[in-house]
Amino acid sequence: MNATTLFSAPTAAPSTRATAFQPVIELRSIEKVYQTKTIETVALNHVNLVIHKGEFVSIMGPSGCGKSTLLSIMGLLDEPTAGVVEIEGRAVQSYSDKELAALRNHKIGFVFQSYHLINDLSVLDNVELPLLYRPGVSGKERRERAYAALDKVGLSARTNHFPGQLSGGQRQRVAIARALAGRPELILADEPTGNLDSVMGEEIMELLLGLNRDEGTTIVMVTHDEQQALKTQRLIRFFDGSQVS
Amino acid sequence: MLLSYLKIAWKVLLRRKFFTFISLFGISFTLMILLVVYALYDHTVGPHTPEKKVDRLLFVNRATVSFKNDNGSNNGTISYSFLERYVRPLRTPEKISISSYFGPTAAYVGNQKLDVDLKYTDGQFWEVLDFDFVEGRPYTVAEVQSGAHVAVINERTCRAYFGTTRGVLGKTIETDRVRYRVIGVVKDVPGMRFNSYADMWAPISTSTQDAKDPSYFGDCMAIIQARTPADLAAIQAEFNRVIDQVPVPDPKKHEKVHVYAGTLLSSTVRWFNNNSTPDDGVADLMGKVALVTLLFMLLPALNLINVNVSRILERSSEIGVRKAFGATAGTLIRQFLVENVFLTLLGGLLGLVLAGVVLHLIDSSGFIPYTTLTLNPRIFAGGLLLSLLFGVLSGVYPAYKMSKLQAVQALKGGRN
Repeated sequence: MNATTLFSAPTAAPSTRATAFQPVIELRSIEKVYQTKTIETVALNHVNLVIHKGEFVSIMGPSGCGKSTLLSIMGLLDEPTAGVVEIEGRAVQSYSDKELAALRNHKIGFVFQSYHLINDLSVLDNVELPLLYRPGVSGKERRERAYAALDKVGLSARTNHFPGQLSGGQRQRVAIARALAGRPELILADEPTGNLDSVMGEEIMELLLGLNRDEGTTIVMVTHDEQQALKTQRLIRFFDGSQVS
Repeated sequence: MLLSYLKIAWKVLLRRKFFTFISLFGISFTLMILLVVYALYDHTVGPHTPEKKVDRLLFVNRATVSFKNDNGSNNGTISYSFLERYVRPLRTPEKISISSYFGPTAAYVGNQKLDVDLKYTDGQFWEVLDFDFVEGRPYTVAEVQSGAHVAVINERTCRAYFGTTRGVLGKTIETDRVRYRVIGVVKDVPGMRFNSYADMWAPISTSTQDAKDPSYFGDCMAIIQARTPADLAAIQAEFNRVIDQVPVPDPKKHEKVHVYAGTLLSSTVRWFNNNSTPDDGVADLMGKVALVTLLFMLLPALNLINVNVSRILERSSEIGVRKAFGATAGTLIRQFLVENVFLTLLGGLLGLVLAGVVLHLIDSSGFIPYTTLTLNPRIFAGGLLLSLLFGVLSGVYPAYKMSKLQAVQALKGGRN
């Protein structure tokens, strides 16, 4: 099946909160082609997708099928070769670097497979990071919000530790707290349990599910783990750059 | 945000100790050399005792008589009679002093010979210059006119000759078999201040030189004091008009007499260049110094650029994360420049300490008499300025390169 589905209703584990059916992000006819002198690689082929407020969507597919590329484009970290990305109804292709940065800062939080914490900064400083780039947020407010985010992920006792002193699961919790600190509309998680053992992976998954269920946070997660994907409201499968279900 | 940048900068420095050492060594060593050179420059031509009001002083210390048909020239220091005849009558200066260059004399303490550099001066010498008197007073114009055998000596001579630097007023010092009554003791004057330096100063009327010798060349100089720095140009204009009228010693052989009244810097440069043209060569020298300084600074700057670019690749994950969470290219450039300026300021601080040590070694070596090269505020400010220039110079390109790294590529840890 070609990637033409714009929206499908939640298929699994319905949220306890009613989704508002308000699009947070919409992708229309997205294509991504990597061009070298000799080879042209199509990473995404005519992808249409809408993510609604309060949804927890998982994206699955084999390695190299374009799911991480899709997540980068949704996160405004990469530009599509063709197509339109809309954030809350506004197309962003004409946005400047500064405007895109502001949009990422206010609307999107990222969780990466390999955490991407800054090892030279303490847990608290890492979590404060998104707020550093937000004008008008005082140092005191930054601290308070970072503490609150760490409290949510159960790491308020580790604020002065450094990433190197934490387990993989704890690092991913810090990364989630960092994504939450900016109170974004959308969290994009790229294989958040990929580097963790099953127990820790389960913990992280429960944390994300809780955030979606209790706080109404919209989450898009790329994963290889079908069991975890089935716990989300909607599962999108990718193959060779196209959405197949 | 600045605190966060500084935290990161400090951690980065500690993480790569070898690179940090290489970078800091490059910066601090270069700065040390520049600071030592600047200290020597400042010590030679800056406003220091006794030439404190250097911005109001002009120095006349060399004459050149050119031969006709481009047949060369004679040049040397100037005679007392020439300065009395052509410089003393100038109307625009506030004060004019004529003195000899210092010359070696010998005094004896028991059987021990004591080298004493003696300079003969007029009474105005003490008005134009600002010596630090430990005790006593300078000799007056009247004492010079009367040929009084009085002298002012420096602390080193006082200590060596009398064994003390206090309570020697009225005592006699004998050099080259001439006896002088000590009326003043001053702090030592550095040897690099050759317009004022000596171990002992005595009235020019006690010199054995013939003050009426009509020759243009002798062993004297003049120091001219203006009322305000703005008057210097008018004094130079009058001076040049007078010198233009000076007859050549032998009209058949000579073409022109060249004498210039220049600032301390100008006259020093002219002296070392043995230059008799109207252009004092200061602009040329400064241009060369600036070029050499720039080249000298370029080496550690290039080294830093190289180190910084390789560090960028190590930190691509951090750059990617910062971009993902809202850092703009401009923010990242600022961050990296702050880090670099921090590193170079550290290097600058180290350079200042090293320069202080080297200057102390120069001072204590006795290589230049009575030199007291110290890191004064001017030199400290110069060092800080150079450090900042360094930081910006070596940080701009790596910062620009870093800001261009695409977030996706950066997160993958690869090159853009």
